[in-house]
Amino acid sequence: MDELRNINITIDGIEISVPQGSTVLQACEAAGAEIPRFCYHEKLSVAGNCRMCLVEMERSPKPIASCAMPASDGMIIKTSSEMVEKARKGVMEFLLINHPLDCPICDQGGECDLQDQALYFGKGETRFENSKRAVSDKNMGPLIKTTMTRCIHCTRCVRFANEVAGVEDLGATGRGENVEISTYLEKAVTSELSGNLVDLCPVGALTSKPYQFVARPWELTKTESVDVMDAIGSNIRIDSRDGKVLRILPKNNESINEEWISDKSRYAIDGLSKQRLDTPFIKINNKLQRVSWDEAFEVIISKISNISNENCVGVVGNQVENESIFAFRELFKKLNLSKILPFQKKLTFSRENRSNYLFNSKIEGLDKCDYLLLIGANPRVDSAILNARIRKNYIHRDLKISSISSQQFDLKFNYEYLGSDVKILTSILEEKHKISNDFKKANFPMIIIGDEVLQNDCSLDVQKVSTSILKKFGGFNKNWNGFNILHNYASTVGAIDILSEYSDYNYSAFKNDINKNLIKFVYLLNADDFDFDISSCFVIYQGHHGDKGAQLADVILPGAAYTEKEGSYTNLEGRVQYSQRATFPPGDAKEDWTILRALSEKLGKKLDFDNLLQLREIMFSSKTMLKFDENIYSSEPKIITKSDFKSSKLNYENKNFFMTCPISRCSSTMAECSQVNG
Amino acid sequence: MLQNKDKIFNNIFGFQSNKLSYALKRGDWDKTKKILSLDHDVIIEKIKNSGLRGRGGAGFSTGLKWSFMPKTLGERPHYLVVNADESEPGTCKDRDIIRHEPHKLIEGCLIASYAMRAHKCYIYIRGEFANEAKILQSAIDEAYENKLIGKNACKSGWDFDLYLHRGAGAYICGEETALLESLEGKKGQPRLKPPFPAGVGLYGCPTTVNNVESIAVVPTILRRGENWFSKLGKENNTGTKLFCISGHVNKPCNVEEEMGIPLRELIEKHAGGVIGGWNNLLAIIPGGSSTPMLPKQICDTITMDFDSLKNAGTGLGTAGVIVMDKTTDIVEAIVRLAFFYKHESCGQCTPCREGTGWMWRLLKKIASKDASPRDIDNLLELTKQVEGHTICALGDAAAWPIQGLFKNFRDEIEMGLKLKKIAAE
Repeated sequence: MDELRNINITIDGIEISVPQGSTVLQACEAAGAEIPRFCYHEKLSVAGNCRMCLVEMERSPKPIASCAMPASDGMIIKTSSEMVEKARKGVMEFLLINHPLDCPICDQGGECDLQDQALYFGKGETRFENSKRAVSDKNMGPLIKTTMTRCIHCTRCVRFANEVAGVEDLGATGRGENVEISTYLEKAVTSELSGNLVDLCPVGALTSKPYQFVARPWELTKTESVDVMDAIGSNIRIDSRDGKVLRILPKNNESINEEWISDKSRYAIDGLSKQRLDTPFIKINNKLQRVSWDEAFEVIISKISNISNENCVGVVGNQVENESIFAFRELFKKLNLSKILPFQKKLTFSRENRSNYLFNSKIEGLDKCDYLLLIGANPRVDSAILNARIRKNYIHRDLKISSISSQQFDLKFNYEYLGSDVKILTSILEEKHKISNDFKKANFPMIIIGDEVLQNDCSLDVQKVSTSILKKFGGFNKNWNGFNILHNYASTVGAIDILSEYSDYNYSAFKNDINKNLIKFVYLLNADDFDFDISSCFVIYQGHHGDKGAQLADVILPGAAYTEKEGSYTNLEGRVQYSQRATFPPGDAKEDWTILRALSEKLGKKLDFDNLLQLREIMFSSKTMLKFDENIYSSEPKIITKSDFKSSKLNYENKNFFMTCPISRCSSTMAECSQVNG
Repeated sequence: MLQNKDKIFNNIFGFQSNKLSYALKRGDWDKTKKILSLDHDVIIEKIKNSGLRGRGGAGFSTGLKWSFMPKTLGERPHYLVVNADESEPGTCKDRDIIRHEPHKLIEGCLIASYAMRAHKCYIYIRGEFANEAKILQSAIDEAYENKLIGKNACKSGWDFDLYLHRGAGAYICGEETALLESLEGKKGQPRLKPPFPAGVGLYGCPTTVNNVESIAVVPTILRRGENWFSKLGKENNTGTKLFCISGHVNKPCNVEEEMGIPLRELIEKHAGGVIGGWNNLLAIIPGGSSTPMLPKQICDTITMDFDSLKNAGTGLGTAGVIVMDKTTDIVEAIVRLAFFYKHESCGQCTPCREGTGWMWRLLKKIASKDASPRDIDNLLELTKQVEGHTICALGDAAAWPIQGLFKNFRDEIEMGLKLKKIAAE
């Protein structure tokens, strides 16, 4: 790539140097001059229609739209001249004449671009004497509330839907004063990213339906944290008031979620206050009864004498933070137990090498990738944000994508469908398939292996052949590692990291044990998505929701949901991120690691830490690989498998994007979404 | 006055048939192959030297515009797009060219495309021109049948395809970038410039958009020589031009005249004079509805060319001369134009979307004489707030007629408001 030249440009008398390709607006920002704008958004195409960002350019009789004008050498820009002031005041007046004066009842109030900019750049008086325009509201589904009279036609929503989400559900109809943003057919926006429209709308035209009339921004306590609805680890901001999570917003992280989060991450929060376990329970005569912590522990102690390494299994759930998994492991260690299942499904990885089970190219690598092969992956359902990132490359750089999967999924980008038989990989490796050429041409080829493979018997074979393909076609070098596993759950990577050296217990072994009726005790750590029958066992459930696990439990230990505890999560790239506590767990519920710590003391096998800091210290000293190195691509995967590669068809598993965890299953918003989109 | 021998459009009145056989008799398609044997850049240079300025309104040098196209045909094809979306109130010259002289346009398309290294040309015709589209299509078919266009057009070795595309009746699609959007099948909304169409135009490829008249005069200029053309008219405003004279004249007409002809001569010689005589004249809009009007005292002496009209604070535009005599309620007339622009605003950018409606309403209030002088000040300020702040020139076009109105008739209008007030009291 050519090295980008810098451009010298003078802004308000200050000469600065900006990279070639910058717009005047970006240059102004670099020079510290604030430019008001509505339609411009960094992540969307330039529309230039709001005209708020007009600045004066020397030798131009008219002010120019700084968002659309490429900066060039020697330009002289003025951002606070009389011409600019006049232009801004004029545009602001035009924007306001048809904007209703309903700020007191508008949910955007207090965080409204129009409100703020009207204050700084507006006139402060009106001379418009006619009636304001009224526009009928549109139905955009269960997440987005519309008040279209407030719309200023910046078309950010239209551009987001078309460009990022890839759904052509939104558009502008009519012309002149009668332009309306609408979903033509009065239907819900069918995207897993539709909640971002609310963030993008600079006014109160699109607001959050579940959040309507709930709070004002200045009343909220803002906590920056990490999302656990998928394995991406989107960065989020949790807004809470009076101990209740009221909304979740995305936090910018270019390496992970950019500015977006999925609808599940954003709107599943009403599930946080439903069906919560707020006190310990024990089962007496097949009925769960509320008890105190001590009573619950008593029951466990009374059963513990029969425990052996053979008959006791611990199961780690999908949304458990590293600290609790580690404490769980330590507890098992103290009790001389080794059977811990890191995840609840049959997912086959080879754990020898960390790069065997990570998303090695990194999420940012998706921007660089120039050929992508998906094997048994449906990223749109499994991690909507990642799918949007693939689409970004597809849109901007014409990324070529192929897919082997059980069926042709609607991924919102075009790809070549190669059927459902993974046998095709052998012919790619042997250069007998035209895809081999795509691999050959690519400098940064990527393979993403998804659930359909991992759950299949051919998993290791596919991983091995994929590694060979990448190796053959330059998929591994010091700057690139094209081998990627697409995980679906927030705790999977963390659990493998922490447990792999301690226990190689896996799903198949567990299934065997169950069939042999060997298992007598099961400790479910937040595990609700298992498909095995443990009704005859003594079950301890530790978790936050009355879901499947709690139903089967003999003892319930109420834990904390992800917004209620400090913890670290390892995302699919192997990146460790820290979540913060926004609210407290309800009733007697406690943070999970403290429960394990308390239980260990009751069992007379006290764990070696008394607080989170000590826990983390021990955790990191025992497991150095939990740390994430941004720059170095991990080594090539080493996949060892005895079996020969067999022809194998991938199987379809029906997944509901909106209901994948206890929290989202309890959320009525998610239920509504699932109904509308289902 | 232009002599008959110097007229380019001999059949603009439609006395003869528009069929190919008649067009050939009038000299169209004569030695086109010879013209096409010239180098691409020689043709561009010749057009540049002829001094031809774009006939669509802005008056930009046509040859210079062509020279902005890449000099070599790269990976992306070049396109010529002919703007036949003639919707400016008061203008109907392109309509008559298509009706009566379609082969001049088709030949011009071939030559201009060749000069710009384009193998494909699109004519975007206004939706309401249903009959004209039929005529033009049958003329195109005739040209294809006679191998004048198509593969190896006129046996010149140059492959050329010409497509006619009908618009859906939006005024804004006459703006070149909105036209391209519409041609691509999108909503007709102007694009941001830069990038200019010569770099990134139709389907992202180098494109030039020209007016029908600019293209239709090209073959004749090349046949008769650029010097012949540049000697006509005035310096920097050369050649002949079709004028569309409408309004309060005895014989409204489309007529070809030399550039720089005095306005009074134009009207009296060709349009049978102003109804009720020259002294009954109130004002004239000289270049289609978007140009500011001229009061009678300027009309007495003004000549019709780009530069002198520009100096008089208006413009030649499309040369749609709208004559208004003293029976005209001048404010009502401009209210109608303001409504037109409000109706045709595409709604993309803020000042035009919100401003055109507000200006129309304020002007309506003034027309009903239910206003105060302050309303006039506000209105004029609004026109300034719209003008120059929009993506395309429609904002300017909406503002100028109103500015022209108050520049020339403010005293009378204010007097009217006062009288109404006194009468009411």
